[in-house]
Amino acid sequence: MNLILVTFIILLAFTSYYFGRKKALVIQSSQRLTALPKFYGYYLAAWCAAPALIIFVLWSVFEPSIVKTFILQDYTDQNLTKNELQLIYTKVKALAVGTYTGNITNFLDESANKYIQLKGIANSAKVAIILAILIFSLSFAYRSVQKNDRMREPVEIFLKWVLFVASLGAVLVTIGIIFSLLFEAIRFFQAVKIFDFIFGTHWYPAKTFVRDGQPDPELMKDAFGAVPLFAGTFFIAFIAMCVAIPIGLLSGIYLSEYAGRGVRKYAKPIIEILAGIPTVVYGFFAALTVGPFVKEIGNAMGLEVSSESALAAGAVMGVMIIPFISSLSDDVITAVPQNLRDGSYAMGATKSETVKKVIFPAALPGIVGSILLAVSRAVGETMIVVMASGLAANLTMNPLESTSTITAQIVVILIGDQQFGDPKTQSAFALGISLFIVTLFLNVIALSVVKRYREKYE
Amino acid sequence: MNNYKKNLLKKRYNAERRFQWYGKIAIGLALTFLAVFMFQIFSKGYSAFQKTWIVTEVHYDKELLLIDAESPSKDDLENADYYDVAYKAMTSLDPGLPEEEDRQLIQMVSYKYETEVKDLLLKNPDFLGKIVPIKLTASDDVDQVHKGNYPRDIPEKNRRVNDYQLQIYDMLNERGDILSEFNISFFTNPDSREAELAGIASSFMGTVFSILVCLAFSFPIAVLAAIYLEEFAPKNKFTDFIEVNINNLAAVPSIVFGLLGLGILLAVFNLPRSTPLVGGITLSLMTLPTIIIAARASLKAVPPSIREAALAMGASNMQTTMHHTVPLSMPGTLSGTIIGLAQALGETAPLILIGMVAFVNTIPGTPVDPAASLPVQIYIWSESAERGFVEKVSACIMVLLAFLILMNLAAQIVRHKFEKKWS
Repeated sequence: MNLILVTFIILLAFTSYYFGRKKALVIQSSQRLTALPKFYGYYLAAWCAAPALIIFVLWSVFEPSIVKTFILQDYTDQNLTKNELQLIYTKVKALAVGTYTGNITNFLDESANKYIQLKGIANSAKVAIILAILIFSLSFAYRSVQKNDRMREPVEIFLKWVLFVASLGAVLVTIGIIFSLLFEAIRFFQAVKIFDFIFGTHWYPAKTFVRDGQPDPELMKDAFGAVPLFAGTFFIAFIAMCVAIPIGLLSGIYLSEYAGRGVRKYAKPIIEILAGIPTVVYGFFAALTVGPFVKEIGNAMGLEVSSESALAAGAVMGVMIIPFISSLSDDVITAVPQNLRDGSYAMGATKSETVKKVIFPAALPGIVGSILLAVSRAVGETMIVVMASGLAANLTMNPLESTSTITAQIVVILIGDQQFGDPKTQSAFALGISLFIVTLFLNVIALSVVKRYREKYE
Repeated sequence: MNNYKKNLLKKRYNAERRFQWYGKIAIGLALTFLAVFMFQIFSKGYSAFQKTWIVTEVHYDKELLLIDAESPSKDDLENADYYDVAYKAMTSLDPGLPEEEDRQLIQMVSYKYETEVKDLLLKNPDFLGKIVPIKLTASDDVDQVHKGNYPRDIPEKNRRVNDYQLQIYDMLNERGDILSEFNISFFTNPDSREAELAGIASSFMGTVFSILVCLAFSFPIAVLAAIYLEEFAPKNKFTDFIEVNINNLAAVPSIVFGLLGLGILLAVFNLPRSTPLVGGITLSLMTLPTIIIAARASLKAVPPSIREAALAMGASNMQTTMHHTVPLSMPGTLSGTIIGLAQALGETAPLILIGMVAFVNTIPGTPVDPAASLPVQIYIWSESAERGFVEKVSACIMVLLAFLILMNLAAQIVRHKFEKKWS
């Protein structure tokens, strides 16, 4: 139904394009055209498609909720909660489409009939309104074509609006992220105090699971303390940075200052392959190879090592991050003006002294920025931790034990079927929003540092 | 020069040399990691491209098949009872085996051996009543023993293959009745709980559909947005806001996009769970900023002289942009798009959150059928304990990496072949 309508609108738009162009050629015989013939076509097509499609989209967005209010009007006198109403509505809908399996009460049957009726009315109204709009806008556009109005400007203004709306897409995504996270997180914080979440030291959401009923508030208080997750996240990110910063920075310096053209040409892209490998592959590698390897070494030294250790996950994550730091710092160092180097050499400094005492301080803001970006990357990394570092949220600073992170817990909670409205599911969104805030904070600082650095040398 | 100065100079030169070595070691380490990594994946995974068959003889006995008709039709063959025939085919390998022990033999082939017996007859109806050799898919355990991945010398209690099965295996192997062939079914089978039957077809199609959906959503919006921001946007606070927004969006962790998909696409818009459609849209939100940034960079790289020439000839701003700037920037935009898609291709976490980890044992035909994707398949398989899945995971990784390499090559080619060099 909808598909037919949309196809019809689009086909009509194409037809009106050809029609408009033809009309322009007719006009051409009697008067001067105001634009190329194809603009007459575009003008008609735009007037044909845009209003109808906008109304169509708006209608499709609002129709379900309007129908829902109409249906649920019959239930207002029963004093039902929101969830119960939602359930009833789902049942009504299922019954109307014929997928319902359960007791059919008279009342439900009536509602389902009403639903079918409403849907029918809505559909015919939609078709009628859209046809009316098509006729109206097309006749309007056709009149101005006949009058030989200016054609190019309106079309270009219209195109500009299309471009503008597309650029709002990115903003919409951000708004969507914030809303989807906030909506569930606020409901979570209605059940669990925000204080208990931020400062609690015990994370064990599975404890709150109660079949068919409300979980015990006492249990809730002690089950959603996110401190172990925050600690675990930064601990693993710290291990990763311990691996990535020295290797990344030194290879970045070597590539930009010492390496010959041949080495640079091959080594740089090869190192960047490390950044292109999917994280799930790293996770598999960490769980299957590095984890047991770390355990073996630890056992040989007489240490007790969990087979899913923070060290294994952190180290592999560090390897993944090496290219970020190396290529970013490479860029930053290359951007340091040559005269600083020349000045240092002229004073008799060796190359390494120049790097350490002149170039490094000059490039420091940029390097710090790139490291912050890398930290944000490590904080948001998911699959390596899920696969290699275990899922129990221990509050520990021992790299040989298993810890869990914010991202890993989100996956653990949301894998499989979720039940919206359950505090356990909502807690994942609360974790998500804390993750979003942390990474946003890191990114904003990093980007502004890098930007200021760039301006300094431009 | 006195001694002190000489020593100092020596010290400084040593420091210089040391520093250079640090750099070389760092690069060496990074390259070693890559090499070890690739070696591990390849050495574990290459054997998955081999499939082990057990050859035996099957007697398509009309009586056992319960076929009454003189010249049976296709339907008769379809509905015949293959249980006894298949059972006999396996137990004939060791006629002396007591009946209550027969499971040991049956376990040496995949649980779908009955279907394989049936398929052979359906393909060759004239085998009816004859005794013919047949290839049966060996079970995961026999497969691993044959490939040498399974230690034979550990105590029988801890082994999944017992001494009797090993003995039969050795006998068959000596007779040459264990075959190793290229594993086509790895590419044509959907996922399965049994390692010997599991393939990547379902997840591969899931990936293809998600990427296509992702491309369809992100590419037009991103290109239009980039054109607006680079060519038409007035310099004001709102434009700055959009720009900051895009830059930050590019660095948001992928899992947050998964939460967005779950909270909006599934919960609010009620799109079907576990499908490439939802996965693709989620991924497209992620690739959007990547493509916008690439497209803007390549629009920026078009020299102003092009625009000026067009404007001087009387073209409007829109015509200049659409006829000259945008076509010239397309190679850069396209290669950025391919790289963005390659990133999306390897993404796992957001797809897990929108339910694309469900066990799917059918090959999806449309973007609204439930499916997994290649990276998610890697995750699913790596969670299973069977030994046979380790090599499957590695093989799946090889396929995924091959895909990524191809896409990156394509991006390079597009960039170098079609991009105009302005100098």
